[in-house]
Amino acid sequence: MSNNHTLDKKKNDLVPLDTLRLNLDMPVTVKLRDCRELRGTLQAFDNHCNLVLSDCVETVFKINDETDKIEILESNESEMLVVRGDNVLLLTT
Amino acid sequence: MLFFSLFKTLIDQEVTVELKNNLKLTGTLKSVDQYLNLKLDNISTPDSFFDENGDMEYINNPHFAGLKNLFIRGSNIRYVHLKKSFVDCNLLQDAARRELAMEKRDG
Repeated sequence: MSNNHTLDKKKNDLVPLDTLRLNLDMPVTVKLRDCRELRGTLQAFDNHCNLVLSDCVETVFKINDETDKIEILESNESEMLVVRGDNVLLLTT
Repeated sequence: MLFFSLFKTLIDQEVTVELKNNLKLTGTLKSVDQYLNLKLDNISTPDSFFDENGDMEYINNPHFAGLKNLFIRGSNIRYVHLKKSFVDCNLLQDAARRELAMEKRDG
């Protein structure tokens, strides 16, 4: 009985990855290593934070050493993109 | 397992792999394993083209000349670009939900 109770509790508790689940099929912004950012619709994820994004725009930033301003180095589009989890820093809506 | 299964469904399709050293390689996906290591056939890079003899020429990556197939260690991959028609979005979303639920149940 008590064992069941802990199991149920575990099932209902939200884990951090539930944030990703709740954003499935929604537009998200993902920050990546090497000053990269992706904006696209979240289609899938796993516990390594591997992601699938559709209709995705990648922006690569660069910090100008002289002015300390952030500049856009390049911008690329991809209709379907698989992102390897070890590049992911954070995901936000 | 979700991404392993996804890549298995992409076998024999043309994909573009972007590596962490900014190299982009397009080729036919031939096989994949649990580490998401990939094997690609008929590779080309964005700056490659066929010369008059039908051989692949590489402008910026001459060390790729003559390579027909290659194995990529999964850890070096940054992105894999796919065509939208290769995947079913609803199926992917459901698979992601199921995988998280399984993960929670099994601890």
